[in-house]
Amino acid sequence: MNDDMKIGVLLSRVRVEEKWLLEALDKRGLAYDRLDDREVQFNLDAPGAWADYDVVLERSISFGRGLYATKVLNAWGIPTVNMAAVAETCGDKLATSTALRTAGVPQPNVRLAFTPESALATIEEMGYPVVLKPVIGSWGRMVSKVNDRDAAEAILEHREVLGNYQQRIFYIQELIKKPGRDIRAFIVGDQTIAAIYRTSGHWITNTARGGQGSVCPVTPELHAICAAAARAVGGGVLAIDLLEDPNRGLLVNEVNHTMEFHTTVPTTGVDIPGFIIDYTVAVGRRRAEGASAR
Amino acid sequence: MTTCPECEGALTLGADVIAGEIVVCGDCGVDLEVLSITPLTLAPAPQEAEDWGE
Repeated sequence: MNDDMKIGVLLSRVRVEEKWLLEALDKRGLAYDRLDDREVQFNLDAPGAWADYDVVLERSISFGRGLYATKVLNAWGIPTVNMAAVAETCGDKLATSTALRTAGVPQPNVRLAFTPESALATIEEMGYPVVLKPVIGSWGRMVSKVNDRDAAEAILEHREVLGNYQQRIFYIQELIKKPGRDIRAFIVGDQTIAAIYRTSGHWITNTARGGQGSVCPVTPELHAICAAAARAVGGGVLAIDLLEDPNRGLLVNEVNHTMEFHTTVPTTGVDIPGFIIDYTVAVGRRRAEGASAR
Repeated sequence: MTTCPECEGALTLGADVIAGEIVVCGDCGVDLEVLSITPLTLAPAPQEAEDWGE
């Protein structure tokens, strides 16, 4: 252990996940700074005290703050968990889909259109039902299952008049006939450390939306697709959401880069915060050793 | 023991509470952020923003 290593934890709201992560740091006797994203400032020409960090663990609840903070830190050569490029890919569903496509990772069919008219034509061609998702967003917000043309017209009109231009990027996904559940798997580095089924009577199975967690065995097949998805987006500490298609098997639905794990830890008994901290320390150690070798 | 800044209901926090943590008032149900432990200071937590999530 490098006693001189300096670790920062960028956060704002302390969820149970952040509390567990800070406890894991304390348990390992590691010194760290809590960096509140509501208070931090960056001068691109003068890193100042930021340059002392060997690694920053990014746990902002805000995608935008986390992304832009890590962009600056990475530009200064300070590694982050996860790296900004990974956040950029995972935080945008279309960017994730294109990365998965490039890497040949199985996923549901995704189509893209830029106007309500072309989106409607695309949906009609795909056949109902389909899933409409905002390219940016979490916790299943504004994810819509479109069952017929009336619903499609209504949702597309609403999206057209919303203020944010990203709502007018129409990401349309094939609806997978999943067995009332999806899978959330956690990958740290090249290890799939845990997975849960998220089961719900509702078609959205996010635990943030009431899905119930139960243990999902990490099979070689599950690990293989998770590892491929992680590599496709740049790797790090990731949560992969997968759907079970009756014909095609496992498909990657989404990849999350600042995941929550308050359901998975008690469900599986896996020390996810410990894995994340050990990974973060390893990243920081590489930088610290690189600096001392220079 | 402290009081909720929203409804002034009595609020008891766990011994392991830390700054930045969100606690819920049992009386009015509002989310409160623990701004500091010493002195114990609570304020209504920021509302969920569009880019919040995981």
